[in-house]
Amino acid sequence: MIEETLTTAQPDARGYFGDFGGAFVPEILVPALEELTEAFSDAKKDPAFQARYHGLLRDYVGRPTALTFAERLTERLGGGRIYLKREDLCHTGAHKINNAIGQILLARRMGKTRIIAETGAGQHGVATATVCARFGMECVVYMGAEDIERQKLNVHRMQLLGAEVRPATSGSQTLKDATNEAIRDWVTNVRDTFYIIGSVVGPHPYPAMVRDFHTIIGEEVKVDLEDKEGRQDPDILIACVGGGSNAIGIFHPFLNNPDVRCIGVEASGEGLDGRHAATLTLGKPGILHGALSYLLQDAEGQVDLAHSISAGLDYPGVGPEHAWLKQTGRVEYLSATDDEAMEGVKLLSETEGIIPALETAHAIAGLARIAPETSPDELIVLNCSGRGDKDMQTIAGAL
Amino acid sequence: MAVNVESRLSAHLRGLAERGEKALGMFITSGFPDLNATPDLLDAIDAGGADFIELGMPFSDPLAEGIPIQRSSARALEAGVTMAKTLEYARDFTSRSDTPLLLMGYGNPVMQYGISNFFRDARSSGVEGVILPDVLPDPESPFFRSAAEHGVDTVCLVSPTTPTARLEHIDRLSSGFVYAVSVTGVTGANTGDASPILDYLRRVKQTVRENALMVGFGIRSAENVRTMVSEADGAIVGSALVNLVADVWDGEAGSRAERLAAVTAFVADLKSGTRS
Repeated sequence: MIEETLTTAQPDARGYFGDFGGAFVPEILVPALEELTEAFSDAKKDPAFQARYHGLLRDYVGRPTALTFAERLTERLGGGRIYLKREDLCHTGAHKINNAIGQILLARRMGKTRIIAETGAGQHGVATATVCARFGMECVVYMGAEDIERQKLNVHRMQLLGAEVRPATSGSQTLKDATNEAIRDWVTNVRDTFYIIGSVVGPHPYPAMVRDFHTIIGEEVKVDLEDKEGRQDPDILIACVGGGSNAIGIFHPFLNNPDVRCIGVEASGEGLDGRHAATLTLGKPGILHGALSYLLQDAEGQVDLAHSISAGLDYPGVGPEHAWLKQTGRVEYLSATDDEAMEGVKLLSETEGIIPALETAHAIAGLARIAPETSPDELIVLNCSGRGDKDMQTIAGAL
Repeated sequence: MAVNVESRLSAHLRGLAERGEKALGMFITSGFPDLNATPDLLDAIDAGGADFIELGMPFSDPLAEGIPIQRSSARALEAGVTMAKTLEYARDFTSRSDTPLLLMGYGNPVMQYGISNFFRDARSSGVEGVILPDVLPDPESPFFRSAAEHGVDTVCLVSPTTPTARLEHIDRLSSGFVYAVSVTGVTGANTGDASPILDYLRRVKQTVRENALMVGFGIRSAENVRTMVSEADGAIVGSALVNLVADVWDGEAGSRAERLAAVTAFVADLKSGTRS
């Protein structure tokens, strides 16, 4: 269920997680955000909405996803027992669809007729185009011109699904700029348009709402781990962090247990002294895309261009709840380079027969560092957030 | 936050109203089209008869801006504009002219400069007010607290989607004036038919009583100004000026003096729309 079980990890009434979050948006959007906050709050309490959401996750997305014991990877790394939470098995190939299903149900409940979204790697764009096709709704996806080049397969998928893919040609022509364009569209068409944000970013209530649509990931881990290992909580959780939605989804149901070590892995691109996307590692608090969070920026407060081989992590911001979890020390944040991520792709492919997305590969790089330091009786769960088919061109070029 | 002592900007706008005149506000991006241009452009706008000027503080990700101001901001940043330079332009201008100067931009560059330092330095540079379209009115926010502490007006925005109860809230927290965004959209938006805008302005005017009401976004000609000020205390023009400056700077020929004269003539023409 989409629940409000954790009192320690809720934003306050103004949408702040500690010092982070809030709503930094044009006045035009204020009524829309208030309406959305109320609609989501009502929907959570509505058994019919819950049944519809969970029914679609089961029958359309294919949930619950498997929790796979990674036997050969465990042997290779020589530490704790490693499980993979198989979000790559979701319909459309990544966790993103959990949230797209939740938000389109809200959009329909609110009587909106037009859907917009931003996308980086294209996974959220594909998920949004998919649910729009499923419900017969008009869909416009903003995508950076550079990302359109490196994720062509996903562009074709979105178009086949009936979405219009609009290139964002300003700035770095990546996710940051696609998000600017989506917000400008929303400001212009706010009366009939619902903006399906793809990560735990943006103004309140998006970070909390997107998180709540992804906590199913962690909830299922509890159930499966109980079944397989006789305990609900692992010792370590590892996930990649761009905006941070798959990480929040798997961490959140465990945050109240301080014995569960949560590790987020950011993209350090060419290295922390070069071009990177390690926002929590090297950024400073700042305001972008409607929220106060960590941000890669210069001394003047101009947003820096991020870099990662993974289009889904190539973002100079991060969700405000992650900023808060870093500040409180509840979650550890590491980073992995482009090269380490490529090693991660090879490692999982060779040992388990699973080709991970380049985003997920960063979590595997983190795992490869952490697992050897653990003992064989420890349990590690890695969120296998997406599959690598979409990245084969990039992977082939880098190997 | 509204203060008991009337600010210089409010008094200036009230003076105009008492003479039966509507106000013209002009926006120009700081450091655009190049760093040397800004002082001369401010003087040229002033010479055209603008009643107040908004100097834009460029930001890399200006999400309320249409293409003209996005491009002018990117160009100014490439030219090397900084917050310190913008404040220097403000200080120079206000030492030469009594025309009220405001700064307009986004929360993040202000936050990185240091919110309290920013309002202190804005004040000491003769800046009357600040407009931050992504910082919502909130008396508890450090932006509003610091502005009040340093005696800088915080101009808040309203839009066609703003409900009446919220208009009252915004009117209470706004100072200098209230900025009515003409349509749902970004700066330079196509406003289409004027009559729904005028209906909306009439509705806003019934509620916004503590501040003068200026309307902006998509206003580009004296005719537009004349229409809009029939239901507002003044009009603000930005993207159209930015487009003109880009055209005359990048166009065929023309001396610097001729370019600036074109700007003055454009502003003077817009100003004619404020006089019935």
